[in-house]
Amino acid sequence: MTLLSSAGSFTDATSSDASLHRFLHGLPGVDQVGVEQRAAGLGTRSIKTSAKEFAIDLAIRMVDLTTLEGSDTPGKVRALASKAMRPDPADQTCPPVAAVCVYPDMVPFAKETLGASGVRVASVATAFPSGRAARDVKLADVNDAVDAGADEIDMVIDRGAFLAGRYLEVYEEIAAVREACARPDGRSAHLKVIFETGELQTYDNVRRASWLAMLAGGHFIKTSTGKVQPAATLPVTLVMLEAVRDFREATGQMVGVKPAGGIRSTKDAIKYLVMVNETCGPDWLDPDWFRFGASTLLNDLLMQRTKMTTGRYSGPDYFTLD
Amino acid sequence: MVRTSSRTTERIDVRKTYKLYVGGSFPRSESGRSYAVTDARGRFWANASHASRKDARDAVTAARSAFGGWSARPAYNRGQVVYRIAEVLEDRRDQFEAELRAAEGATAAKARAQVDASVDRLVWYAGWADKLAQVTGGANPVAGPYFNHTAPEPSGVVAVVAPTSPLLGLVSVVAPVIVTGNTAVVIASEPYPLTSITLAEVMATSDVPGGVVNVLTGPQAEIAPWLASHMDVNGIDLTGVGDVELGRNLEIEAAENLKRVRRPGVEDLLATPALDRMTTFQEHKTVWHPMGL
Repeated sequence: MTLLSSAGSFTDATSSDASLHRFLHGLPGVDQVGVEQRAAGLGTRSIKTSAKEFAIDLAIRMVDLTTLEGSDTPGKVRALASKAMRPDPADQTCPPVAAVCVYPDMVPFAKETLGASGVRVASVATAFPSGRAARDVKLADVNDAVDAGADEIDMVIDRGAFLAGRYLEVYEEIAAVREACARPDGRSAHLKVIFETGELQTYDNVRRASWLAMLAGGHFIKTSTGKVQPAATLPVTLVMLEAVRDFREATGQMVGVKPAGGIRSTKDAIKYLVMVNETCGPDWLDPDWFRFGASTLLNDLLMQRTKMTTGRYSGPDYFTLD
Repeated sequence: MVRTSSRTTERIDVRKTYKLYVGGSFPRSESGRSYAVTDARGRFWANASHASRKDARDAVTAARSAFGGWSARPAYNRGQVVYRIAEVLEDRRDQFEAELRAAEGATAAKARAQVDASVDRLVWYAGWADKLAQVTGGANPVAGPYFNHTAPEPSGVVAVVAPTSPLLGLVSVVAPVIVTGNTAVVIASEPYPLTSITLAEVMATSDVPGGVVNVLTGPQAEIAPWLASHMDVNGIDLTGVGDVELGRNLEIEAAENLKRVRRPGVEDLLATPALDRMTTFQEHKTVWHPMGL
């Protein structure tokens, strides 16, 4: 893409609302039929035996084990955190998941249980899931989560502003949240930017939002909150994967991708992994660069894993409900 | 292609594709395989789906998700549904008689007797739905100030290897399993799978919720071990297993998660059954409740 040849042009692109608008609308359009066909085609790959074992363990390590309910209690979060560290208590070789994803007020409980296990705590913030609040309130939300020890912040963009074409406002908000992610010790919480692609209407908008978030400094771009249907789909994730691939080509910086919501089966997860490998290459096949936002997915991965090791189909009775 | 003759236009046969019955719909085997079924005279009749272990797994998933709703229904209502199967079967008796004659080479009288017995068997089990609890459960006399009562509950998902007889055999093994609130994954008669799928069509149109009965066609030696070893299956009925060695292996596999196993000897399907087909796949809950004071 010649359009994205130099990093210098991005500084110009974000200098004003008009130039940002020009830049985002100058991105090549997404071929809807093509992207859906490509995603469907990649979904037909057959992944078996040792490749499947590898894929299942990788997918487990990529899971952001999520509970985002009004009814969350400290007890539930502690149980989830325990599960995150030892997803299959009956099998020592089962890897831990990447992170536990909770609301900001639940961060201390997750942190307390996870300790130095290496499993991170992700917290949603910025008036999740709608993002409808004043910027001060959103930033206070982020500060709360960061102060409580969250390692990762999942923010939602202001879809209203985005759809109305006020791109600079969205850009500045992401940048402001990124600043708020800084901790006193000098390190910064990782920022994941949620688009809620189900509300963005078109693939073109998804591509624009991806570039906007990457330009604003997001470490990860994430499809959905899980509260809106449709949530993550293969084609939407493909558009985002292409965006992070092109962004690295243009700037040398890697940005992670996190599909969230609606991924329930091992089969689905493996389709995503195939797509990551085929679109971005093996560099992204790592929990630092690709995550699944999910809760029920983990049990299915564990059941499949058990099937691979014992040779018999397992059942939901043998795994915790969460 | 349209075949025409000089005098009249012949109508092209509408050939039926016999598929599996899983979760209330009729999918092809995930494996895409099928096998040829011949009629009693050895001529090709139709292709039946050759179910794979993944079809068995999907059927168990469907049966598991149907279990909650089905087992929570009042026993009376389950009886009504099983009775409804009998009603619809009675309506389609001509089709079944014709199929039995073609498949097994049975005489008209014999085919009629089989359909009669199948309808009667369904009605018989339907009647038991809300009466079995009184027979196998009840209030227990205990020496203390307690009510003590025992209530039967369904086991869960039951795998059934159906006997050869395609209609009466299938009805005789499925009705007792579902009438008590279990859900069933059935491996249909291997030599006569088509009638079993026709019976599945009857069940699909008689208020049986999707997933309560799932019918797989294909070689039992290939499919049954996956069901016997499946950790989410709670019972297995080996009625249709003829091979002694296979039966033994299935019992061993079933022991892993303590499935309830039924492995009967030779039985006369036309005779009035005993209650044991129903009671095998029931569990009993006994409750102590303080009284008096």
